[in-house]
Amino acid sequence: MELSALLLQVLNGLDKGSAYALIALGLTLIFGTLGVVNFAHGALFMIGAFCSVTVQRLLSLSTVTLDETKTDFLGRPLEVKTPYVESWFGESVGQAMIDWSVPLAILLAIPVMLLIGFVMERGLIKHFYKRPHSDQILVTFGLAIVLQEIIKAYFGANQIPAPAPSMFIGSFDFGQLVGFDPGVLMYPYWRIVYFLFAMLVIAAVFAFLQFTTFGMVVRAGMADRETVGLLGINIDKRFTIMFGIAAAVAGLAGVMYTPINSPSYTFGMDFLVISFVVVVVGGMGSLGGAVLAGFVLGILESFASMREVIEFIPGINQVVIYLAAVLILLARPRGLLGRKGVMES
Amino acid sequence: MSSDKTPLNIPLSRRSVLKASAASAAVVTAPMIIPSSAYGYANEPKGDSVTLGFNVPQSGAYADEGADELRAYELAVEHLNGDGDGGMMNTFSSKALRGSGILGRKVEFVTGDTQTKPDAARASARSMIEKDGAVMITGGSSSGVAVAVQGLCQEAGVIFMAGLTHSNDTTGKDKKANGFRHFFNSYMSGAALAPILGEAYGKERRAYHLTADYNWGYTTEEAVRTSTEAMGWETVAAVKTPLTQTDFSSYVAPVQASGADVLVLNHYGANMVNSLTSAVQFGLRNAQANGHNFEIIVPLYSRLMAKGAGENVKGIFGSTNWHWSLQDEGSKAFVKSFGEKYGFPPSQAAHTCYVQALLYADAVERAGTHDPCGVAGALEGFEFDGLGNGPTLYRAEDHQCFKDVLVVKGKENPTSEFDLLEIVEVTPASKVTYDASIFGGELGTCNSGA
Repeated sequence: MELSALLLQVLNGLDKGSAYALIALGLTLIFGTLGVVNFAHGALFMIGAFCSVTVQRLLSLSTVTLDETKTDFLGRPLEVKTPYVESWFGESVGQAMIDWSVPLAILLAIPVMLLIGFVMERGLIKHFYKRPHSDQILVTFGLAIVLQEIIKAYFGANQIPAPAPSMFIGSFDFGQLVGFDPGVLMYPYWRIVYFLFAMLVIAAVFAFLQFTTFGMVVRAGMADRETVGLLGINIDKRFTIMFGIAAAVAGLAGVMYTPINSPSYTFGMDFLVISFVVVVVGGMGSLGGAVLAGFVLGILESFASMREVIEFIPGINQVVIYLAAVLILLARPRGLLGRKGVMES
Repeated sequence: MSSDKTPLNIPLSRRSVLKASAASAAVVTAPMIIPSSAYGYANEPKGDSVTLGFNVPQSGAYADEGADELRAYELAVEHLNGDGDGGMMNTFSSKALRGSGILGRKVEFVTGDTQTKPDAARASARSMIEKDGAVMITGGSSSGVAVAVQGLCQEAGVIFMAGLTHSNDTTGKDKKANGFRHFFNSYMSGAALAPILGEAYGKERRAYHLTADYNWGYTTEEAVRTSTEAMGWETVAAVKTPLTQTDFSSYVAPVQASGADVLVLNHYGANMVNSLTSAVQFGLRNAQANGHNFEIIVPLYSRLMAKGAGENVKGIFGSTNWHWSLQDEGSKAFVKSFGEKYGFPPSQAAHTCYVQALLYADAVERAGTHDPCGVAGALEGFEFDGLGNGPTLYRAEDHQCFKDVLVVKGKENPTSEFDLLEIVEVTPASKVTYDASIFGGELGTCNSGA
């Protein structure tokens, strides 16, 4: 096994891990503040991804003219579509806007996801704070199914491509940076962008909680909700805002993930279970733990997918995350960075 | 006392014994002489209509493909009942269908949702047979479902006309006397693709296979390996990927360093869209290896999936059962009917389902009965034309259709959102025909459910 192959899987693991970490971060934030186990979090990631698709479609709205010289599949004159943005801003600017539809979707995703987060929390989830975790899981899982079906009814069941801007298509030659032969250690530009973006979002969330008064109050509320409430602070309102922020983080993770995998309505469920494992392994309610566990499990999953490893232990690629979770929880029952007293009676 | 004749006191005589024997014989044999129309076969149509069961994925990952299948069935029912423009009934070489239903009965249908899960598909098929009285079950978009439903129909004694199923097993080791497949299979894909690949990419290539870890994936990998190795290609590695995998980066990343210069993606549906997207992201399309351009191959193409993969399909070879751009009279008639009704061209799944519905109805007309054994007899060895794939044979030995196979390539400059694949070669049926015994399995005998 060559060093370059191992390095490649480390890069892959960091990339996968960044998606896991972003989703798990939101999950653990909700759990840490509101004490709710939110099974609809994967659906929020999926809705974020469909913000990309929506922006792409909005930018591609077109005027239709008939080209008599060409025919469509039924022999009728061909409909030629000219996007409005090209008519309004000129061809080059219009095409650039369509090309950059995924990054532009961030602008739509932030308000949409914050709003969805607020509505979800105020409209449904707050009624389940006093109910057992099993009730919370059932209602949020049900909500996830409803959200999926709404997206399926509107966008269909097939995957819809939402490519990265053309300047990010292709791969960066990492190998040459560290002295390998050219072409040995290539890594796609967009996946590097995704990793850097995830780092930025994670850093922003941590900075927000660490360095703002709002964040300090939230952290205090996470430690002792009752006392903070007695000080005359409306902690519920702040926690609602945190729910919105957690939804926005999941949404942003989804928006930027669309060029990596074309989204479909099942997009969120694919990540949900693994993200829960990440939260548990990281330690329920621990933000740092979620990020650390995201990267650890992402890298482990990548190594387990290597041909040499599968040949040695067949099927390991399908169970490695759960196996690692069992071992870590046996050694550290509260997870990697879990605190005492969380989810313990 | 002798005048006191009670029945018990009737003296036994030769005559009375003969009478009693005749009477009891009549009682015992009574059910057998009731006309066969009452107890002839399962769900025999009685009134002035006949019910067909369309079992397609209406939810789950293949729901869009299932919706297209259902559109095709509705169109077929319309044509069978004499509405619309008749579609491929006008070009079909058999003239038994006259647009007056089937055997004079109006065609009605019920639908079931396979969910692309064998258990759910069996349950919905069973419900259509037992509760709705469906005399035939058809549809589906997965080989796992096809094999499961085919088994159920065999037990229940109704005909199964498979929808989209590409595994060799459906008419190979799992074939059944009551089951029929019009769609092509993995073997045919391999046999049709290999010569084109040899011509385009040369005879000295090193292939790396990524294979979906289930029945269809195995048979497709085997078919492509066998046919490419026979012309001199070497298989560097074959890695199984979980069916639930969504991010294929860990599987695609090592390919370039493996010494391979061709990547074969034995994936379908979301697997294919995602693995192809990963492969293109990792720069394999533009890479060089062993002095060749690196190439990617997708053995089974579908237009609906090509749409999901977007730009990434450009220039990539694969095979398909049928494509709307074919210019034979049958294909043109079908595309016209379907396109005018729904506003877009039909998929290959829609085509095979429409054809299967017509073939069933035609077989019933020719046999003069819905009895599965009669229908099977009419389909076995049936040669026909005008349904979009050129002259076709429903082979008696395994109930598999043999017809031309299309080798296609992702189109470089599409003129519309439907114009994603271009036909590179129409491989004649003779080049993809194989011995019926090579995949094992037994047809068994037909079951009429009596």
